[in-house]
Amino acid sequence: MIRFTLNGAPVSADSAPTSRLTDLLREGLGAKGTKVGCDAGDCGACTVLMNGAQVCACLVPAARAEGASIETIESTAPDLARLQAAFLRHGAAQCGICIPGMLIAATDLIRRTPHPTEAQAMQALGGVLCRCTGYRKIIAAVCDTSPAAPPVTHGGIGAPLTRLDGHAKVTGDSFGADYAPEGALIVRAIRSPYHHAAFHFGDLAAFARRPGIAAIFTAADIPGRNAFGVIPPFADQPAIAQSPARFQGECVALIAFAPQSDPDTADFPITWHPLPPQMSPAEAEADGAPLIHPTRPGNRLIEGRVIKGDAASALQTAAHIVEGSIQTAFVEHAYIEPEAGSAWMDGDTLTIRACTQAPVMDRDDTALILGLPTDRVRIIPSAVGGGFGSKLDVSLQPLIGLVTLKTGRPSRMTYARGDSMTSTTKRHPSEITGRIGCDALGRITGLEVSGRFDTGAYSSWGPTVANRVPVHISGPYRTPNIHARARAIHTNGPVSGAFRGFGVPQAALWQETLYDQLAEKAGLDRLEFRILNALRDGDASATGQILHATGIGPCLTALRPHWTRALRDATTTGSIKRGVGVASCWYGCGNTALPNPSTIRIGLSPEGRVILHQGATDIGQGSNTVIAQIAAEALGLPIALFTLIGPDTALTPDAGKTSASRQTFVSGRAAKAAAEGLRAHLLRLANAGDAATLSLGNQTLHITENGTAHVISLQTLTPDAHGNVATHEATYDPPTTALDVNGQGTPYALYGYGAQMVELEVDTTLGTVRLLKITAAHDLGRTINPQLATGQIEGGIAQGIGLALLEDYIPGRTANLHDYLIPTIGDVPPIESLLIEIPDPEGPYGAKGLGEHVLIPTAPAILNAIRHATGAQITRLPALPHRVLEAIQRAHPK
Amino acid sequence: MNSYVRPNSLDQALALLGDGRARILAGGTDLYPGADGYLAGNVIDITAVPGLNRITTDSDGTLRIGACTTWTTLADADLPPAARALQQACLQVGGRQIQNVGTLGGNLCNASPAADGVPPLLALGAKVELASLTGLRRVAVADFLTGPRQTIRRADEVLTAILIPPAGLQGKSAFVKLGARAYLVISIAMVAARVVLAGDRIATAAIAVGACSGSAVRLNSLEHALIGASMADLSALIAANPPPLTPIDDIRATAAYRHKAAAELIHRALSEAMA
Repeated sequence: MIRFTLNGAPVSADSAPTSRLTDLLREGLGAKGTKVGCDAGDCGACTVLMNGAQVCACLVPAARAEGASIETIESTAPDLARLQAAFLRHGAAQCGICIPGMLIAATDLIRRTPHPTEAQAMQALGGVLCRCTGYRKIIAAVCDTSPAAPPVTHGGIGAPLTRLDGHAKVTGDSFGADYAPEGALIVRAIRSPYHHAAFHFGDLAAFARRPGIAAIFTAADIPGRNAFGVIPPFADQPAIAQSPARFQGECVALIAFAPQSDPDTADFPITWHPLPPQMSPAEAEADGAPLIHPTRPGNRLIEGRVIKGDAASALQTAAHIVEGSIQTAFVEHAYIEPEAGSAWMDGDTLTIRACTQAPVMDRDDTALILGLPTDRVRIIPSAVGGGFGSKLDVSLQPLIGLVTLKTGRPSRMTYARGDSMTSTTKRHPSEITGRIGCDALGRITGLEVSGRFDTGAYSSWGPTVANRVPVHISGPYRTPNIHARARAIHTNGPVSGAFRGFGVPQAALWQETLYDQLAEKAGLDRLEFRILNALRDGDASATGQILHATGIGPCLTALRPHWTRALRDATTTGSIKRGVGVASCWYGCGNTALPNPSTIRIGLSPEGRVILHQGATDIGQGSNTVIAQIAAEALGLPIALFTLIGPDTALTPDAGKTSASRQTFVSGRAAKAAAEGLRAHLLRLANAGDAATLSLGNQTLHITENGTAHVISLQTLTPDAHGNVATHEATYDPPTTALDVNGQGTPYALYGYGAQMVELEVDTTLGTVRLLKITAAHDLGRTINPQLATGQIEGGIAQGIGLALLEDYIPGRTANLHDYLIPTIGDVPPIESLLIEIPDPEGPYGAKGLGEHVLIPTAPAILNAIRHATGAQITRLPALPHRVLEAIQRAHPK
Repeated sequence: MNSYVRPNSLDQALALLGDGRARILAGGTDLYPGADGYLAGNVIDITAVPGLNRITTDSDGTLRIGACTTWTTLADADLPPAARALQQACLQVGGRQIQNVGTLGGNLCNASPAADGVPPLLALGAKVELASLTGLRRVAVADFLTGPRQTIRRADEVLTAILIPPAGLQGKSAFVKLGARAYLVISIAMVAARVVLAGDRIATAAIAVGACSGSAVRLNSLEHALIGASMADLSALIAANPPPLTPIDDIRATAAYRHKAAAELIHRALSEAMA
């Protein structure tokens, strides 16, 4: 028994002495506010105070807690409370998984230094990683704990409303690993240690008889179709692989351990026979290369294309032409929450609570794999500790589902950091090559490009990347002649899937870096060259779509004064060279040329609460708040009266997946329509017109028109099937058309636009890059919530910085957070956001999507600034110091 | 077999260590990342042994840093300017969470080629004290580390202290670390330099480079060449005395880059120490 003080109260719990303090807190005492991100001291999510000093609880032996004072996020200390309020006020929490660690590290700081500087805040919080926020609002909160302004708790469209789920986010929200049904079996996966290997099992039955082991499952135990995939016609990934395993980290068997047992998988009876892996698309496309999937010749999953006009002729007659290639690496999502969840039977219904971005897709895939009708599977998303695209694909849902279905017992599973990094999807590595030409005045005449994407062992979102890239690779620029192709090639690498932008960030890296060279050849300022070519209303896109609400011009012109100032400031002395770079983005919101509906339900309860059935999963980006703000505006009742239900596949209608920057737009439109329907219904109760105002009293509805108030007692109205006095449901599906063989059509109903400017300095002796400032102009159509919007911008930029300068997932080598480097609190410079509003009639109140756009321009703007500073042209990412130095030396041969 | 003991005397710790089949646990920042659910084996936690977490001065002026002194304690200690490189290094090991529990002795015993504590200790001419049931021995840090993850510590020995002789406490020093990001970063290369000046010229110099060879190394020929040098002479002397490094290509940088970066970092560390 270990006795210590937890948040001021004496406690005792049992734990193995050399187990981790995290385990003692979470399992021994049920104090689950302390999160586990890596078990290696690399992420700081588990930061607690031990005798007043911040430590990673994952590195402290439980026995060392004996007699100690431990403080965690569950503490009610006033300085922590002050920080929590500041975090809420500044919008410093997004998904919330890192926030307990951040807050505890900050508590440690403000006890030593009550009014810290930014530099002190960064030094004190440097050991906690955040993947959502870009850190700037966290720094601002730590440096401003005096409660000058209260948090904003009311307001419709445009109000910087504090996120509705904010309290949970700053007190240790309940993520996938934070709920364990009583008596849950502990599930562990056996994974392939090889990129490609045949395997066979030894005596499984004997192993299963060992004490502590409840059951073992292999592919042979899967009752349904052992193939899942986010795009049903391409579904090819087994939940549990049969021999051979096609990538390192692939699950080949499951062990369900009894609760309280030591889940030791070391002696699992399996024999591996490594096979030669194909680790690059070049190898996999070579003549005679073995096929990873027999039905996919040349290991090609798919090719997407967009062909308009005659690019070859246009380039022949162009006044200026540039040609170039760029190569990007696997990029890991590196959310701080590894996949986790639990499963149990509720009568006949298999219920799975896990982190996800796509509850209905999870339900459908899990039901298929387990051979169940969909109405026997219920998915309850936990709080999601970051997703960024990877939690669209199922991970552990079918695995714990299988264990619970077969044993009838609840089960739970938490991926170790290594499991999460090896077994889930990555951003596609890319090799993009082509030419862009312009006329003598600098107007783009033609673009020819071919991209090859490493889609890894299974299809996942490979088809989406192959289709999105050619559609977007012109950038938001007039490009009359285009020939663009992108193909996805299977390898034995990790599965490449969705990652914020679906290949468009890679495409923008190629196009935007060539644009700088082309502007130079045409003798134009780089920003003015972009403004000259920017798409305008009435222009046809590369797919022939006539555009409206085209926001790129306004975004670029908003940067003009900043650009002039930055170029003036970019004077250089000595070996430290300053540079300025700019790049744009455009991005179609929603599925590419496919149906993509959302349904939202809203009702008024007899008690006078507005019940919003909100099935859009909030992964930290803020849909819980934004969709409620839209609904409140449309209904004409204050948001404080709202109760949010869901997401939960048993309770909420399908609001689609949280991807493709679609929730504000698509679910927002559905919410607006549903709320308008409810409003019309309520107004009819008093035969009032739309100019009337609604308000709610004590179980009464007040409808006021021309000074006359109608008071309706809600208790006298007959409840409907939902138990409400009135309920409305609306579906919105963006109008798109299929693309023809040349990629022509209307793939998206709405596009968002943006442009970012980067100021940096390069140490030309070491090749290191220091970012000074990023100015980001984004066209939101209509800003629903400026605090959440700037939070998205800052977080997307941080991931763009990682893509540009740090991140390189090497299969078999970097499956941890000390070899795979994401930006820390010291790596994100001050960011100035310029919110541009060019309303799109298709969006709710004119709003457009933003979530992915914000990442796209950052990396090319950084590369352009490096080139501006030094002449160095980076063609392989990330731009690690040695690559930058090599590029500088290539640019200036001695 | 798994067991855990936290002895409260060195004799007890050494007795428990016995034939050396147990694992010695100090801060835990290097051992726990490799552990699964718990730290396996017979674990002897030496952090409660009195004296191991203190910084004192021996009668001959030797600075004695207990092996379990944490990075934070060391960074906050009142030490002479010669030890500044060591204190600068302390603030660049992991994040503050790591600095609050990780120990200098553990950093040495873990013997990573990229151990941040080692170049400063080499530049300070530090020794380690190893205790066993058969007695005490003192060994120069340069001899203690024999390669990546290799030391001469016998399995029955506990590293009890790091000793910096009076000669090593002369002059001023600086530490420069190069990594790809701001915090929580494993060094691409790092340099610690200590100089004793006579006027604006170097009387003695001690320079060590880490993460560019199996263990960090002292640069004897450059140190010799620097005697009598002024700030203006540094570039030429560094170029004329290339450090004896054997860097590798890895995920963080190429070997060729490390050679170039090390030369630049040597210049910067010396310049900072001389300033």
